[in-house]
Amino acid sequence: MNTPVPADWYLLLSAALFTLGVIGFLIKRSLITVFMSIELMLNAVNLSFVTFAHEWHAVKGQIFVFFVMMVAAAEAAVGLAIIISIFRVRGTLTVDQIDRMKL
Amino acid sequence: MHLVLFLIFALFALAGAANLLLQKHPINSALSLIVVMSSLAVLYLLLGAEFLAMAQVIVYAGAIMVLFTFVVMLLNEGREEKTWGSRAARTVGFPAVVVLLATLAAAILRAGRHYGMVSLSDGITTTQDLSKVLFRDLLLPFELTSVLILIAILGAVALARKDDGNA
Amino acid sequence: MFVVLSVVKVAVVLVVFLTAVAYTVLLERKLVGRIQNRWGPTRVGPFGLLQPLVDGLKLFLKEDIIPSGVYRPLYLLAPLIALTCSLLSIAVIPFGTTLRWHGMRLFAISDLNIGLLILLCVTSIGVYGIALSGWSSNNKYSLLGSLRASAQMISYELALGLSLVGVVLRTQSLSLTDIVKVQAVHGIASWNIFGGGQIFAFLIYLMAAYAETNRAPFDLPEAETELTGGYHTEYSSMKFAMFFMAEYGNMITVGCVATLLFLGGWTSPFGDLIPPPQNLLVHVLAPLFWFVAKVFFFLFLYIWVRGTLPRFRYDQLMSFGWKFLLPAAMLNIVGTSLALALL
Repeated sequence: MNTPVPADWYLLLSAALFTLGVIGFLIKRSLITVFMSIELMLNAVNLSFVTFAHEWHAVKGQIFVFFVMMVAAAEAAVGLAIIISIFRVRGTLTVDQIDRMKL
Repeated sequence: MHLVLFLIFALFALAGAANLLLQKHPINSALSLIVVMSSLAVLYLLLGAEFLAMAQVIVYAGAIMVLFTFVVMLLNEGREEKTWGSRAARTVGFPAVVVLLATLAAAILRAGRHYGMVSLSDGITTTQDLSKVLFRDLLLPFELTSVLILIAILGAVALARKDDGNA
Repeated sequence: MFVVLSVVKVAVVLVVFLTAVAYTVLLERKLVGRIQNRWGPTRVGPFGLLQPLVDGLKLFLKEDIIPSGVYRPLYLLAPLIALTCSLLSIAVIPFGTTLRWHGMRLFAISDLNIGLLILLCVTSIGVYGIALSGWSSNNKYSLLGSLRASAQMISYELALGLSLVGVVLRTQSLSLTDIVKVQAVHGIASWNIFGGGQIFAFLIYLMAAYAETNRAPFDLPEAETELTGGYHTEYSSMKFAMFFMAEYGNMITVGCVATLLFLGGWTSPFGDLIPPPQNLLVHVLAPLFWFVAKVFFFLFLYIWVRGTLPRFRYDQLMSFGWKFLLPAAMLNIVGTSLALALL
């Protein structure tokens, strides 16, 4: 009933999610989805933090995840504000069309 | 039981992440990401991190992703189009990504011999344990993040407000 | 044994909860009727008591219209999310004595040591039902309603969460059972609202919860005078009923949470003035009675407020949430922790 799972399965899952995040970052063309891929990568890394915290019975690993979450919240607020102002100026969120500094 | 739960929610997480890439509309991608985050919360529970699991849902799925969907709804940006950039990213990016995944997997599997097993009967980290470390050993970083968040709020307000000339 | 008992508990609680939802609607119609000097529903059954059944039957038999312009997958998903979140939160609420049978609590579906956080989780996920319904309906009134609702719910969630911190500080636990146990000793004098000194937290929680459940005077997302139906304008038949049930379910949940956190849960207001009953039946039924009575009080308050107060304007709503409720909740935390540290 209580079959244990090897810790490296969790790490492999985390690696796979991180890779999917990288792929999303590369192939998605909408700025907001690119941003979501970044969040996916952060989440994947959090999973390995928690796994290592469990592995070494270290609470600090979990605290790290806590900090990552807070930084992600701050990052999301600023990032989305930037996205809104980009959309207001350019009228599009396609990354290929917002590739220059001046209008 | 643990194995079954792990497999189910790992599958959910992977499927959600894959769906994030496949969907053309940002709102569907956002919802897939919420699925990923919620399944990760269950995995945190399996790893005994109960407070983090809840924080994951409250902060990520409940606050950050609501902001994302809010912005998608507000801008009402439709389906994304394919451009030369995405083709270039596909041709160059995929081999690089495969190499990345292979490296990570190899590193994990090589070190994997030393890792133990995770089972449901392992102890859980209570909120008290967590807060003791957070508010005794790591008080300064904690306070610094609050400053960071304050700065982020100010930045977001300054960026997103409409420029009406007298600002 | 564990599985069987869990299934039985879930089934019983679900049936009671859904019946309570149906009769809350009747209660609201009756009470608002009395407040406005009319009778409310009286035709079906004695005192109109069968009205909820007939309402349900009517909604069930109505034609289910899906407008052609909607974004179908999310349009169908949104009411499900709303109803699921509303039903989920009842799962962590303990509602009776801590009596155990074969090592399992009888009067709680699941008793967790992070129960309070789970409630906050479910509340924060509940936003999606409303946000997605408005967006996927492809209707400007729905979109406006759901944009309002998301902004309102995110803003008030902060004050809601912070107002609970005082209670957690006093209890030093996130488990709802522990929170009730701390308040059990001296009856009304040790309830968090009086003895715990959490009266401000209670008021903040109540106001934030009214906004969180989109009820009057914060019912801007569905303000019928300006937005027709708000986010559920395009919904009909059972899908509309799902939103309706979700709203009333959330009301009941808020009542349960307020009871557990501030009014001593299932404990009697007399505490140890009356010796604990020896009869097992009374021992089981008295806590249930107190719990239901307190939740009923909150439902009554909800309806009373709805019948009395006019609706806020949107900018008033936002500045009230951010400039009054949030600082007040923070002050409450500072005050409570100072009091706990010094006393």
